[in-house]
Amino acid sequence: MNQREKEQYLREYAILKAQGKPFFPYAVAKDSLMACVVMAVIITMSLVLGAELGSKANPTTTTYVPRPEWYFFFLFELLRVIKPPSLVPLATIGVPTLGMILLFLLPFYDRGPERRPEKRPIAMFTAIFVIGAMAFLTYEGANAGTPTALDIATPASVTQQGSTAVAQFNEGRLVVAQSGCEACHQIGENGNNGPGPVLTHIASRLPGEGIRRTLENPTAPMPSFKNLPPKKLAAIVDFLSQLK
Amino acid sequence: MPKLPKLPTPPLPPQFKSPPPRPGDEAAGSGPLQQAAEAGISVVDWVDERMSLSGAGRWMLFRKVPKGTNWAYTLGSATMFAFLSQAVTGVFLAMYYRPDPAGGAYESIRYVTNEVFLGQFVRGMHKWGSTVMVVLVFLHMGRTFFYGAYKYPRELNWVIGVVLLILTMLMSFTGYLLPFDQRAYWATIVGVNINGTGPLLGPYLSDFLRAGPEFGATTLSRFYAIHMLLVPGAIAAMIGAHLYLVAKLGTTAPPWQKAEKNPELRKAEL
Repeated sequence: MNQREKEQYLREYAILKAQGKPFFPYAVAKDSLMACVVMAVIITMSLVLGAELGSKANPTTTTYVPRPEWYFFFLFELLRVIKPPSLVPLATIGVPTLGMILLFLLPFYDRGPERRPEKRPIAMFTAIFVIGAMAFLTYEGANAGTPTALDIATPASVTQQGSTAVAQFNEGRLVVAQSGCEACHQIGENGNNGPGPVLTHIASRLPGEGIRRTLENPTAPMPSFKNLPPKKLAAIVDFLSQLK
Repeated sequence: MPKLPKLPTPPLPPQFKSPPPRPGDEAAGSGPLQQAAEAGISVVDWVDERMSLSGAGRWMLFRKVPKGTNWAYTLGSATMFAFLSQAVTGVFLAMYYRPDPAGGAYESIRYVTNEVFLGQFVRGMHKWGSTVMVVLVFLHMGRTFFYGAYKYPRELNWVIGVVLLILTMLMSFTGYLLPFDQRAYWATIVGVNINGTGPLLGPYLSDFLRAGPEFGATTLSRFYAIHMLLVPGAIAAMIGAHLYLVAKLGTTAPPWQKAEKNPELRKAEL
């Protein structure tokens, strides 16, 4: 905006302002009505949704899956989507910091005199893209399954073998869910697809003994499960070798 | 004392104007009733004689808002109102809250939620009020962006607005820990660790928030102090600056609002 455009804006604005109405009572009336609406919304939300209090904080649990407040979901999802460790700082701090700096400096790099939305296509497309991306990431973040949930259906081959086999299968499923496998492996509908391979049909590619050897002596970055109690290790192997 | 320029009196609709007293009218005298009726005015006069704030009040209240001002312009004051609601409910919660990670914090919140009269209601208002405030902040920012209201001469007010947005997010982040349940604890651990991955300042910021390299006994009281003293004070100060600039520069007209109706003359202007 050059000097001429600035002066023209101020002149135009002075006329519009002179044609306007006083803040009190006209704008104050609208603001007060809006304040009543805000109050009503807050009270309704408080009455309908309440304020639940979870169980007491326990620093020794390791299976609890933290969830942020919903308006941080997009950040949380960004963290889940960006997988390589070298890029994680970029996702957590790089993108938000860059966004904040761009937001701060907006009036200094967008200096055009045009104010009508339909005549600022770059600004409008960027804004709609950013809003869309944040909405999408928030939605994905809200629907992300917890990494300790594993709801795969019991295969028919296990059900035919009787109730002992089913119990064994369920025990293995519990151990797998608690051992953090799903941080890197997808199993059925749950878990993250990568960096590890999908385990939904692992038994058709690897026999039970192979699964056991991989668990004990895996390729990096997968951690070894050698030190797991033998019973738990056996449960994992049994469970995975049923996934055909 | 130099005479200050007098600001114009507000335009009042005729039905609110009382007719001047007629000569010889009984009620126009200075009886006790009349004096009682004017007690408020004389108190205001007494204060104003010493503070001279009526000019500032008139400047704030009777400034004109431009033609075309619509409902989207109420989002800013709605955000401030949500902040005030948070402040009031927060004071009531602070009356019961104990920032004691050994169990006192959780216990005090449990007490507020389950035992105190209307406790769950006030805590719910505070909890959901934060959501409402964040939504309103974003809507207000969207309005400013789409109307191009951040442009000359209001650049500084946009910058202050972004500071307010960051402070609001910081409020939400620090407040999330205070109930000290599982959800609060683990989300905060992750949040602080995310901070720690930042370049250069990240690890220092995490250490500052945790009050040390590990999540310890003083972390909770630190979050509490930031949540109820540091950030609200900063927000209040920033709102003051924001409002001063709004009154000083005037609220924008919608960008499609033109002063000159005649298109021929509008072209001549350019």
